[in-house]
Amino acid sequence: MIEMKNVMKKYPNGVVATNGISVNIKQGEFVYVVGPSGAGKSTFIKLMYREERATSGEIIVNGINLTSLKNKKVPFLRRQLGVVFQDFKLLPRLNVYENVAFALEVIEKEPIEIRRRVMEVLDLVGLKHKARMFPNELSGGEQQRVSIARSIVNIPKVVIADEPTGNLDPETSWEIMNLFEEINSRGTTIVMATHNREIVNTIRRRVIAIEGGMIVRDEHGGEYGYEI
Amino acid sequence: MKFRTLNRHVRESVKSLGRNSWMTIASVSAVTVTLLLVGVFAVIMMNLNKVADDLENDVEIKVLIDETADEAAEKQLMDKIEKLPDIEEMTYSTKENELKKLVKDFGEDFKLVEQSNPLRNVIYVKAKEPQKTAAVAKKIAKFDYIFDVKYGEGKVEKLFKFLNTSRNVGLVLIVGLLFTAIFLISNTIRITIIARRDEIEIMKLVGATNSFVRIPFVLEGMWLGILGSIIPIAVVATLYHNIYKIVKPRLEGELIQMLSFSPLVYQVSGLLILIGVLIGVWGSFMSVRKFLKI
Repeated sequence: MIEMKNVMKKYPNGVVATNGISVNIKQGEFVYVVGPSGAGKSTFIKLMYREERATSGEIIVNGINLTSLKNKKVPFLRRQLGVVFQDFKLLPRLNVYENVAFALEVIEKEPIEIRRRVMEVLDLVGLKHKARMFPNELSGGEQQRVSIARSIVNIPKVVIADEPTGNLDPETSWEIMNLFEEINSRGTTIVMATHNREIVNTIRRRVIAIEGGMIVRDEHGGEYGYEI
Repeated sequence: MKFRTLNRHVRESVKSLGRNSWMTIASVSAVTVTLLLVGVFAVIMMNLNKVADDLENDVEIKVLIDETADEAAEKQLMDKIEKLPDIEEMTYSTKENELKKLVKDFGEDFKLVEQSNPLRNVIYVKAKEPQKTAAVAKKIAKFDYIFDVKYGEGKVEKLFKFLNTSRNVGLVLIVGLLFTAIFLISNTIRITIIARRDEIEIMKLVGATNSFVRIPFVLEGMWLGILGSIIPIAVVATLYHNIYKIVKPRLEGELIQMLSFSPLVYQVSGLLILIGVLIGVWGSFMSVRKFLKI
């Protein structure tokens, strides 16, 4: 599903963010990416949806080779992925329904299909009754659920999440995690960068620890492993 | 591209004008001010050009034929002149005709000389390009049976030099003005786009293609250009209409004439809309490009 071979990323300012990362993530897996701040987690995540381009090495996502992928083709890679962020990245001027539908509109789906799919996912994340509300009228947890709905509305094979619970209180974080588990149970691969020790230690899944741009630990059912 | 998508782009671009109303007003004002300058300037330039053309076209060569030339010799001379390159037209006028003109211009007193007409038969020659008048005159002067060739030597050269310089200066000013306009407008549009970079980022992250992101912005630039050209067109048309009404009667029968309202004002209006649209589209295109690299 996601395969990296000896991936190195050096930024123009000379910082080496990942230094020879090799990893293989299979379809349907649930993977936590942990590590201290500045260790290269975010770069590792960004490489997967080609926000950043690897300096050397090979990355294959869902059969697409990202190293040889032309910039013009990147949109078609992203249509097969869902991305969730710590800061939700919702459009403040659009209501809940429109925010989710946006992801389908920009890839030119049929209006009838958009309507059907959006209502489906809003039902899944439990926000059908708030479809007409705007982001600033929702709690943080609800906003993150909208953003998750948007990420899965086009039925991606992989959902990539960069600290999705980073801005949420513990209780809300659990609700969000339940949602991710639910999505994962339907066969979607999930790669999640996180600092949430409690979650990693409770919902035991594969843990990839990154330090200094390298994978220092990769174990199934592993622990968070860092002191806060 | 699907029709539905195009429809969406148009809707989005219009909506965006309303949503970012302050930036819209700023951009439209920038377009308005520059196009107003360009419009007024273009009208002035085109009229100056017309004046220059009028003056230039009035320049002609007066060939005075020697008295010793008989009819055959005159005929021969005219044939020779006609064969010269760069001759636009040629008219023959007898000395009696010349005297009539003189009498008409300067009064009955000249009738006294009617008995012994001191004037000569004349050929009026016009060069194809006014700038070549001097060269043509020199060639004619070499022919036989020529008494004299007059074309306002010295004065004509000075006039042409002056007209050429003022045309070039005008051109440079217009180009400079256009560059300022482009700079001003693309900057204003850039600000509206910076304010919406989040939107662009999200579009790119959910898999929108570059052209999908860009088209609404480019359309928005087009609307800005069109909106910005309305006031300048109205002002230019009204001003010209009124000035024309006042100036035209005073130029009656003069050599120098103003260009008439139509088609000048329509041409300038078309030019202003075109410039507005081009500047808006180009400004948007260039500004949004930077934010597509996500």
